[in-house]
Amino acid sequence: MTKIGLIVNPIAGLGGSVGLKGTDGMVEEALRRGAEPLSNARAAAALRELLPLRDTLLICTGADQQGGSCAESLGFKTRILHEASPRSDAADTRALAKKLIEEGVRMILFAGGDGTAADIYEAIGEKQPVLGIPAGVKIYSPVYASTPKAAGELARLYLAGTLTTLREVEVLDIDEELYRRDRVDVRLRGYLTIPEEKRLMQGRKAPSPLSEAAAAHAIAGSIIRDMEPDTCYLIGAGTTTRRIMERLELPNTLIGVDLICNKKLIEADVYGSRILELSEGWPLKLILTVTGGQGFLLGRGSQQLTPDVLRKIGKENIIVVATQKKMAALGGQPLRLDTGMEELDGQLAGYYRVITGYDQVVVAKAE
Amino acid sequence: MKRGFPNHPYIPNSVPEVEKEMLDFLGMKSLDDLHKNVPDALMFKGEMNIPEAFGSEYEMRRYVEELLDRDGDGKKYLNFLGAGCWQHYVPAICDEVNSRGEFLTAYGGEPYNELGRFQTQFEYQSLVAELVGMDVVNVPAIDWAQASATTCAMAQRKTGRKQIILPEILDPQKRSIIENFGRATTEFVTVACTEDGQIDLEDLKKKVGKDTAGVYFENPNYLGVIETRGEEISRIAHEAGAESLVGVDPITLGVMAPPPEYGADIVCGELQPLGIHMNYGGGLAGFMATRDEEDYVNEYPSRLFGIAPTTHPGEYGFGDVAYDRTSFGNLRDGAKEYVGTQAALWGLTAGVYLATMGPAGMEEVGQTCMQNARYAVQKLNGIKGIKANSLGGQYFKEFVVDFNATGKTVAEIQKILLSEGIFGGKDISGEFPRLGQSALYCVTEIHTQRDIDRLVNVLARVLA
Amino acid sequence: MKRIDRSSKVRTHFHQAKWDEPIIFELSTPGERGVSVPKAGQAVAAAVGDGVSDLPAALRRKERPALPEISQNRLLRHYLRLSQMTLGADVNIEIGQGTCTMKYSPKVNEQLAKKLWEMHPLQDEDTAQGILQIFYETDQYMREISGLDKFTFQPGGGSQAIFLMASLVRAYFESRGEDRNEVITTLYSHPSDAAAPAVTGYKIVYLQPDPETGLPDPEAFKAVCTDKTAAFMVANPEDTGLYNGQIGELVKHAHSVGALCCYDQANGNAVLGVARAKEAGFDMCHFNLHKTFSSPHGCSGPACGATGVVEKLIPFLPVPSVEYDGKKYYLDYGFADTKYGVTKVREFMGVAPVVLKAYCWIRMLGPNGLWQATKTAVLNNNYLFKRMMSIPGISAYYEDGNNQRVEQCRYTMEQVTKDTGVTSGDVQRRMMDFGMHFWTSHHPYYLPEPITLEPTESPSRKDIDEYADTVAHIIKECYEDPETVKTAPHRSTIHQVDERWMDDPEGWAITWKIYNRKYND
Repeated sequence: MTKIGLIVNPIAGLGGSVGLKGTDGMVEEALRRGAEPLSNARAAAALRELLPLRDTLLICTGADQQGGSCAESLGFKTRILHEASPRSDAADTRALAKKLIEEGVRMILFAGGDGTAADIYEAIGEKQPVLGIPAGVKIYSPVYASTPKAAGELARLYLAGTLTTLREVEVLDIDEELYRRDRVDVRLRGYLTIPEEKRLMQGRKAPSPLSEAAAAHAIAGSIIRDMEPDTCYLIGAGTTTRRIMERLELPNTLIGVDLICNKKLIEADVYGSRILELSEGWPLKLILTVTGGQGFLLGRGSQQLTPDVLRKIGKENIIVVATQKKMAALGGQPLRLDTGMEELDGQLAGYYRVITGYDQVVVAKAE
Repeated sequence: MKRGFPNHPYIPNSVPEVEKEMLDFLGMKSLDDLHKNVPDALMFKGEMNIPEAFGSEYEMRRYVEELLDRDGDGKKYLNFLGAGCWQHYVPAICDEVNSRGEFLTAYGGEPYNELGRFQTQFEYQSLVAELVGMDVVNVPAIDWAQASATTCAMAQRKTGRKQIILPEILDPQKRSIIENFGRATTEFVTVACTEDGQIDLEDLKKKVGKDTAGVYFENPNYLGVIETRGEEISRIAHEAGAESLVGVDPITLGVMAPPPEYGADIVCGELQPLGIHMNYGGGLAGFMATRDEEDYVNEYPSRLFGIAPTTHPGEYGFGDVAYDRTSFGNLRDGAKEYVGTQAALWGLTAGVYLATMGPAGMEEVGQTCMQNARYAVQKLNGIKGIKANSLGGQYFKEFVVDFNATGKTVAEIQKILLSEGIFGGKDISGEFPRLGQSALYCVTEIHTQRDIDRLVNVLARVLA
Repeated sequence: MKRIDRSSKVRTHFHQAKWDEPIIFELSTPGERGVSVPKAGQAVAAAVGDGVSDLPAALRRKERPALPEISQNRLLRHYLRLSQMTLGADVNIEIGQGTCTMKYSPKVNEQLAKKLWEMHPLQDEDTAQGILQIFYETDQYMREISGLDKFTFQPGGGSQAIFLMASLVRAYFESRGEDRNEVITTLYSHPSDAAAPAVTGYKIVYLQPDPETGLPDPEAFKAVCTDKTAAFMVANPEDTGLYNGQIGELVKHAHSVGALCCYDQANGNAVLGVARAKEAGFDMCHFNLHKTFSSPHGCSGPACGATGVVEKLIPFLPVPSVEYDGKKYYLDYGFADTKYGVTKVREFMGVAPVVLKAYCWIRMLGPNGLWQATKTAVLNNNYLFKRMMSIPGISAYYEDGNNQRVEQCRYTMEQVTKDTGVTSGDVQRRMMDFGMHFWTSHHPYYLPEPITLEPTESPSRKDIDEYADTVAHIIKECYEDPETVKTAPHRSTIHQVDERWMDDPEGWAITWKIYNRKYND
């Protein structure tokens, strides 16, 4: 019997169907407008892909709307670990997630949106394989499969042992206030681990591409080799930049920015004026990665990198890193800059050599 | 300006009516519309000074046949040339199989629609593995030189060290190729050879060090010399933490010990002797082979085919093994090599040859080569002025013949032999000045006693 | 009797041969022989003994290699069955392998190539005048086709030709004492346009496709093309099938900073007699004789990447070259500084049978035929394009009505995938149930769910229609019967391969030896 976890966020997606751009804090309004909850239907669509494995699976989940009814209705063996409060909320998501880890499940499927993903990360971190069934309004986090059906298929391949590689992805969140005013501002909330999709039948006339982890490893190697002595480097947050700290065997701040020099940690989790203080009199460079599927390079979410810091660094000292896969997913679209100061945006705009591997760069425009 | 070639047998849609209908379907007026995105400045407006097409397949065929009929070859002449390309017997089944249109024109399909291609490559890998005593063999490389260049690069990547040791006796074109290929990452150092043509162990001990990634040597080497101290060489390499890299002629391995028995870590070589015609140098194909260890498999730049089950029990399926792409545990920084079309049809052919010969056949062909070569050496040594197998050591099918005492140059002798219908062995006096007027002779299973006697009689008469 | 109904446009009754043939080792019976091998004559054996006893004991093979023992008849049957389970270009409507230019390889050329079988590359040049003339004349033809000054036929494939070009770049700048360490290429060029220069030691700078036009952005190019740039290495048309009309300006800019320009013309079938490397300003280019010039692909070689250069680069070419002194053809070994030059990539002087086949093909076409081949290939591709684009769910990026493709095209079926969950990999496998296939793309995918097709000039209109009808049929199945497509193939030689063993060092089996060692229950 393989144990897997299922978490459904029953209110995810409520807002979208009635013209609200998110659901957080807007549940009453959504219900008032007559919204129908969709997440259980989405979860069911994903679970249908697991029916071939039904006899070997035990689905551990929450009661009723948190996953129990969905699983039971399809005939899966279920074990209820949690009873949500009548208006199930983030605390329930987190509580169920923690219980699933204690239970020792092989992977966790969850249905929701960016908010749900952030809750799950907060509860369990990135050690456990998970996979998102898209059901929310805002889906910016790459932890979600493209459709509920695709999520189910990917889960099935992983559970059957056909897919064995895992990769880390970012958990992103949008500032909803800004979003409602038609401005996009992406924040990194954490990382989760998902099965890596593999294209079957690869390597026709050229070698297969590196896995994300291998690619990030190579990029980090290239960066470290080229690091100049007596120079301060700010290491931004992201799955690719983390590898640099790991290869240097330095602790790194998951969602923050660290300052290093001569391959040693100067200070972790630095911000704004502190950065300027510590790097006074030294050359300062910034290593950044491209965030999310939107190609965000610098946004208002990167609070630690204040306009003063960015001005000191200047465009020539910004080193951008990203895997080839990530760049390919952008399809050639420019990288986006939104520091909040138009003049600064203009100074930082232009062409960047994005480091995508060892001695390998991709030219990208940032605007 | 004449343009176009209607109703060409290779171009079905050059039928003017069909061409017009297709243009109409596209809403185009003429063929010029098809290249509207080529700017005027880049358009070629002249005429290509190429002969007009032959009026018929018959005329072209006759012309080319008459051109090539004038050429000599190993059938019209008695051939004793080797030096990287050798004349062996090609069983008829080899040509029958590799001329099948399905194999000849296959390329990059899947294990479903090109199962035969995958299976024959897998079988070739497996057959060569048995012959050379290793576990993993790659899809063929372009030639032995490329295979040895990649072998050196694999050792360099695996150990992270910069230096590769090459033997003094090495085909100069191979050396050139290996050095060009490894120029960016590798420093090449030469180890001397002793009088008898083998690796000088004392010099090797001096040159091997903590920077050495691998020691490359060949068995037999370019001058046909069998390396009898391979075990020592491997030991010296291993003690310094370097890889033992051995290049072989696989047709020796029916009678000779496979290199892993004397410590080889990577084996490479030339497949051409295994059922592939010389093709004026166009029949070359290289291979590399290693143990089934992650560290090695990780370093192959080329495709490796593996066997696997399918969704239906009992079916053999195949696919590409692609290990390092998903794990970075052993990832080395730095470029792997490029992957592209190489010489797969020859790999298929080598597989057919090995399956056809079987263990008994490989033993027999090896023995016959050795016997014929020794007979030639014995008889040639009966001629005044000639020293056959002048280096004095062990040999398989190739040996150096020293003509210094004859007073004639090898070039002169070659011309005389040519007029008698014989291709004499390669003139190596330019490549190895210390050997003076010497030539590299190759005697294989295709030479009968009469063939060898004929060579001997001509030389005896010429040098009397 | 009524007339037999043959009205179906699509081969719904196709089934690939399925012999379920064992692995060759399983056919072995001790004692069987596949061929008899010549033995040394009696007098020879009498004179020298058994020959092998001369070997020191340690070098004598102790155990026979575990090769199978099979009689000749069974061997032949094995291989012919395997050939029946291989869908070569000879057998199917070979439109699907986009960028591989799988055109018809005329059989007369195969028969002529037999004349080279017993020729040795080192035989006296007087006895090789015929083949040397063919090398020489093919060099002349390639010069006419490209506008460049000299060709070598030494590289054994397209990727090796690109490596040769990268080696030439390196040798050239070394001779000038210039330190340049970067090569610029594009993401839609062949991966070897990056990988081969990387082997040569260059850092690679990739230009991305513009999301609207699919072509590299000239401003991005100018931003990174500096005096550190050794070369601009690019394919045109690129894998998407778009011809880059701005290529001349990019070359001009590269030259203005002293860089060399290398033209990957693997897709040369698009422009024979229409556009040349010379007018675009390139310093060197390569053609794939086993693509554009019809030599068969051979399961992936032997092949030849003919490489041409402008005059100033001739001294750097690999040695020997084939020359003519007015009376005789000969091999010139003397023009390089070192014995074989610093750019040698392959032994001897070139891949003779491949060159011969290219020569014969060119002689059957002449300049008008070459132009016709290109025009018909492009016509076929545009015809196919229109048919493909009218299939609901199929589209092509960079399509604004103006971005016409030349020789090939990369399509996308992302809409179908969004609607049905069926991927291009699934459709690829379902194509095999109809005796066809296609290729998707190199990785990483810049275009999602790709399909890359290249008809060349070889198929007839009926062939192209059958191909497009089959794609349409399968796309319809994606909507109406997706399960059939996802679990394909059903009428091929085998069913879906369980690929998980390909990446697992514990589980993989690259040879029969390893398979038996790991799996011997």
